[in-house]
Amino acid sequence: MKIRLDNVVKEFETFRAVHGVSLDIDSGELVALLGPSGSGKTTILRMVAGLEYADAGAIYFGDENATDIPVRERGVGFVFQHYALFPHMTVGENIAFGMKVSKIKRSPQAIAARVKELLDLVQLSGLKDRFPGQISGGQRQRVALARALAVDPRVLLLDEPFGALDANVRRDLRRWLRKIHDELGITTLFVTHDQEEALDLADRVVILNKGKIVQEGTPETVCRSPADAFVMNFLGDANRLEAEIRGGKAHVDGIAFEADGIADGSGQILFRPADVTWREDGQGIAASIVRVIDRPDSRRVLAMTRSGQAVEFDTAPEFPHRRGDAGFLDIRRPRVYAAA
Amino acid sequence: MAHHGKGKPPRVGDHPLFRRALLTFVLVLVGLMIVAPLVVIGVEAFSKGVAYFGASIADPDTRHAIMLTVITALIAVPVNTAFGVAAAWAITKHDFPGKRLLTVIIEIPFSVSPIVAGVAYLFVFGLQGLFGHALQAMEIKILFALPGIVLASMFVTAPFVARELIPLMQAQGRDLEEAATSLGASGWRTFFSVTLPNIKWALLYGVVLCNSRVMGEFGAVSVVSGNIRGQTNTLPLHIELLYHDYNAAGSFAAASILAGLAIVTLVVKVALERQGAGRIQRPSALAGADTVTPEVKP
Repeated sequence: MKIRLDNVVKEFETFRAVHGVSLDIDSGELVALLGPSGSGKTTILRMVAGLEYADAGAIYFGDENATDIPVRERGVGFVFQHYALFPHMTVGENIAFGMKVSKIKRSPQAIAARVKELLDLVQLSGLKDRFPGQISGGQRQRVALARALAVDPRVLLLDEPFGALDANVRRDLRRWLRKIHDELGITTLFVTHDQEEALDLADRVVILNKGKIVQEGTPETVCRSPADAFVMNFLGDANRLEAEIRGGKAHVDGIAFEADGIADGSGQILFRPADVTWREDGQGIAASIVRVIDRPDSRRVLAMTRSGQAVEFDTAPEFPHRRGDAGFLDIRRPRVYAAA
Repeated sequence: MAHHGKGKPPRVGDHPLFRRALLTFVLVLVGLMIVAPLVVIGVEAFSKGVAYFGASIADPDTRHAIMLTVITALIAVPVNTAFGVAAAWAITKHDFPGKRLLTVIIEIPFSVSPIVAGVAYLFVFGLQGLFGHALQAMEIKILFALPGIVLASMFVTAPFVARELIPLMQAQGRDLEEAATSLGASGWRTFFSVTLPNIKWALLYGVVLCNSRVMGEFGAVSVVSGNIRGQTNTLPLHIELLYHDYNAAGSFAAASILAGLAIVTLVVKVALERQGAGRIQRPSALAGADTVTPEVKP
């Protein structure tokens, strides 16, 4: 099922508003809505689900205008952040619930067979008669997914699906969800504030800030060509140096960087900590080391440029320099943007 | 684990002397204020023998008072239960202007003396009151009759169910209802198969409290009922009447019924809770962290 959002608007008195979002999701695609809290990503997801109604704009499922179809009839599977499993029902009853209340009448045998099939799919076959309070967080997550899939939804929507789980459980579940998605081919939209999760799982990442889409594209596109300083910062650790842009060049402490197509004035240079080489002499921005932090596989160096701007970069564990040493920062892959 | 020295408490704030003193204080007060009066009721009720107890209960006026109290409870408790569920539902699952005000208003009967409620009803429904003449013209008798008694009882007990439900339903949030709806359940279906099972213990507790208060209500009812023996006397009013008649044993016999009812309702509550406790989890325990069995890797 193809989904299209056409200039969807939702106003709130609080900060979660959505200001005119348009988005196309192809059938069978796995798309992440990525953004900081308050960026409106959950509100968008809830509008697609029909749990909230848009103030303006339209949402299409295929060619059908689904904007005003109530959630009951919209045919979406929604997985809640805290799973929202019914605590008084067993795992099996939770999964069967949607089929029991459905307008499509199914025989108890058919429901039982489908429950078994879904339990196998989410690899929880032995837990049918447990209550949600008796299983782990990761297992609850999978029950919630099975329950959402039981009604054969046209679209699967997940709100921070791994937000409440331990880091290692999270990674396993992520790979597993990708596998399930590839098997079922169901159009899936999920919300996350964790960039690693979005990049790891999604075909396409939609990055939101303050209720607007700032960039959308494959993980490769958003990582390699971040549209602006916000995306660059949000996707990972980034250093920022203030620069002055003159005639297509960005100048920092006497060093010039390419800045094609950026208007003259104040600007900024962003780069990843891994894209810095420390040189004892030669080219680069003059700096001195403030602190060296040891990590299992590397050393993180905190340095200060001559103009007093802080830079952090990663080096091999063998990095021999110490606090107070002077040298030069050789920056690879700098990204130049106009000042915010 | 190191041995702790003699005279040192095992934990901070757990000094044996303090613990004993605290426990003694609480036990003495419980004995004096709660247990002793109940024992006195039982002893006094049977002070003139079982036969006299039986005769006191069988007295037509006493029987009528019991009936009236039961009828009042049968009307007031269901109505207030429905009100409590509706109010808690509205307050916790919906946003509307004046929500806080409503929450405060619902609690008013707790802070207002019941006698004030009774007097207020006199002013509204009494002959000199707002609707007095209209009601008289239509020959509807509210005061000094069953409707007045029920209304006064309902006023006093209005907050009981809502008050038990609101914190619980607030903690539960709307997720479960949204999940049920997204799975295709109708509003009624969602209420009966998702909301109700998760609030039933709190609801039951509220109903039990509401019931014992309705049956025991004195102040408000005494103003609006008119104390007509054998007609508008509820059990608590009848007890007072008997007492003023210097019929102490009869009064205590009637009181023992009320006390007995209270004990029965409490026992019922405890029994029901215990029956379900093995199967039903307190939703609050589920809302929080994942503290159960370790993850089984897929």
